[in-house]
Amino acid sequence: MIKINVDMNKCQHYGQCVFEAPNIFKLNEDDKLEYVATADDSELGNIEAAIDVCPMQAIFIVD
Amino acid sequence: MSEGVVVVGASMGGLRLAESLRRFGYTGPVRIFGNEGHPPYNRPPLSKDLLSAAEIDFAEVAFPQRSATADVEWNLSAEVVAADLTSQHITISGGKQVSFEHLIIATGLRSKRLGFESFPGDRHALRSFEDAKALRSKLGVGRKIVIIGSGFIACEVAATATKLGCEVHIVSPSKSPMDRALGEKLSAVVKLRLEAQGITFHMQATVIELIGSNRLEAVALSDGSTVRCDTLVEAIGSEANCEWLAGNDLDITDGLLCDGSLRAVRASGGSWPNVFGVGDVARFPNPIFDATPRRIEHWNIPTESAKFVGQQIAASYNSIEATVEVFRPLPSFWSDQFDMHIFGLGMSYLADASKLVHGDISGDCVFEFTREGVLVGVVGIGHRSVVQNYRSALER
Repeated sequence: MIKINVDMNKCQHYGQCVFEAPNIFKLNEDDKLEYVATADDSELGNIEAAIDVCPMQAIFIVD
Repeated sequence: MSEGVVVVGASMGGLRLAESLRRFGYTGPVRIFGNEGHPPYNRPPLSKDLLSAAEIDFAEVAFPQRSATADVEWNLSAEVVAADLTSQHITISGGKQVSFEHLIIATGLRSKRLGFESFPGDRHALRSFEDAKALRSKLGVGRKIVIIGSGFIACEVAATATKLGCEVHIVSPSKSPMDRALGEKLSAVVKLRLEAQGITFHMQATVIELIGSNRLEAVALSDGSTVRCDTLVEAIGSEANCEWLAGNDLDITDGLLCDGSLRAVRASGGSWPNVFGVGDVARFPNPIFDATPRRIEHWNIPTESAKFVGQQIAASYNSIEATVEVFRPLPSFWSDQFDMHIFGLGMSYLADASKLVHGDISGDCVFEFTREGVLVGVVGIGHRSVVQNYRSALER
């Protein structure tokens, strides 16, 4: 399993991650980011892509 | 095979290229050369959070490095001064030559500077971590800052400096700030919002003289006014680092001219099969919009172009077809200034018309941009999911 952490002090809710890893991230009705904190290993590529496109570099994989 | 892939440019594009090569199954050598002394780091915070931090810490902006690229060879503080594409080697400052099978050109941009040469210590540009450190030391309560230029970096520095207690003046030949990307209507209201925060604009003006005895005391402007200041920030745009490629069969008039697969175009016709441009040094056609090659100075381009090129190269080593043959990225940009979160997709600056489609122009709102009636971009203040929902319409 992969553990995901988003630094919500850095996150500005641009939602770029949503398009790379739609199973993990979404913008809710109030335009705020929501995410699931654990994911199957098969999501690794998508999560790394989401990390790469985050303008605030706020997404981290927790070891 | 032993010579493998050589990347010139050790910033975000070089890092993402190495990651992409490994992800798509290339296992050979990757050697990366860059003239900065730092490993790859994220530049956008340099004008925002990092610039307002009490202590500037490199760890705040360094990109985490992944285990898949642990065997990549990083050569930092190594300036590449020449390349010979025919005999397939580059030359490092000091004379050492390095051979390649594939060459990635990811040397990025440098800040343009004004011509004045006086008061070097009081004049700043903002591109590198070291630039940010130097400028940070000049910001604080009561400091007087003149910023030349009114693009995104100029306005972000203005916002940060204002929040730190500086008196901030923006001087620019444009009519209103960020008008290329925001369009006339939106930039006019953004200017009002920035003025309400305390920034003074001197638009349609240029600096004609720097005034001072031992240090900078004021600038004289083309509109006849004089503005007192102790620090000058030059945010007048960027130029591509590609002089080191001179003497090869290339077009480097404004960045490296590339074809639709990001291979470097031969000035004599055709393309180099093993030489690619990555990031904002590359000038390439984007079929989402038209056939005109352009450099795109947006943060998502190094990552997207590196992923594309890494896949092309890995596929060629593994004798398989790359799944995507043409690079067609959707540019995106964002900027945080005071309470404004500006977010855009596409290329609004190609538009001949814009219209308000969501919200209220005096607050959070979204504009559509069209060229000859065709959607080319969308820009919002706030309302990020409204902007994101345009993605498929723009990607067509």
